[in-house]
Amino acid sequence: MIDRLDLWIVIVGLGLGSFLLRFAFLGLVGGRELPAWLSRHLRYTAVAVLPALIAPLILWPGATDGQIDPARLSASAVTIGVGLWTKNVLLSIACGAVTLYGMLYLLG
Amino acid sequence: MPTSTIKSRYLQGVRDGAPFLFVIGPFGLLFGVVATEAGLNVLEALAFSVMVIAGASQFTALQLLVEDAPTFVALASALAVNLRMAMYSASMTPYLGKLPLWKRAIAAYFLVDQTYAVSLMKFERDPEMTPAGRFAYFIGAVTPLCPLWYLFTAIGAILGNAVPDALALDFAVPITFLAIVAPMLRSLPHVAAAVVAIVLALVFAWLPYNLGLFVAAIAGMMTGAQVELMTQTKAAQAKAEAET
Repeated sequence: MIDRLDLWIVIVGLGLGSFLLRFAFLGLVGGRELPAWLSRHLRYTAVAVLPALIAPLILWPGATDGQIDPARLSASAVTIGVGLWTKNVLLSIACGAVTLYGMLYLLG
Repeated sequence: MPTSTIKSRYLQGVRDGAPFLFVIGPFGLLFGVVATEAGLNVLEALAFSVMVIAGASQFTALQLLVEDAPTFVALASALAVNLRMAMYSASMTPYLGKLPLWKRAIAAYFLVDQTYAVSLMKFERDPEMTPAGRFAYFIGAVTPLCPLWYLFTAIGAILGNAVPDALALDFAVPITFLAIVAPMLRSLPHVAAAVVAIVLALVFAWLPYNLGLFVAAIAGMMTGAQVELMTQTKAAQAKAEAET
């Protein structure tokens, strides 16, 4: 059983800390121009962070205790393929989900 | 700026944000279920989602609390998972930095993976938007997503173990992020940044406190910036040669 005091320290601390991280640049830099080298790096924030965040989740999913899972791998491949091809986010999600459930059913 | 334009920006945001309901819903539900399994009541699970509003770090904190890690370690690890939010904040600054402080504070609170990704895509594609128009769009994208994050956390916490594992809710996040990122890979620097970030994220996955993500993200961003510089120089050289 989680200690209630610990739990609330983590909830409140994580809430405040996360807000400060999100506020760091928006709040403090504000309207000032960022140096060119910095904005050049920031242009690649999303394409670097998001793939790095999910790559381990795709290869070693927690739901299969870190074992490589053909259903999840093919769902990922289909999602990327449809995304690159159609540039349609919703359609890619739908195709990925259909592949995931289809494969889970077939392999299940 | 006429209110009609602001309103249409807001509605555009709602429309572009809405598809991500399919992620927020399952992910929120999953957090509620996991929180219940960890012994949290509905109020505690909901407080987590309202205060923190960042799924991955909430899961990290909860996991470590369940494993009886020291409070400080649970807090620090979960915050490390959210370090990327500081990068999102920096990346949004050129677009939202000119807004009044209270609006920037509101945007900061609601700056999550999906609202960030949706807005960035729009702001890059549409450089003519005013700061007020961008804020309206951002709040539009927040509207169908963040309240639903709270709601689905509560539903998950109430349903608890009644939600079957077979739904594979864990994979809602990877699928959506892939779908968001794929259309962003529109130039060589973008692809290079993503490839380097993926490889390093896998290589450094063993690092504690999710620091592997941080290493991978920074290296990916540096790669993107460098490749951009190189392709620009090459293009400039080709142009100079063509003119002589």
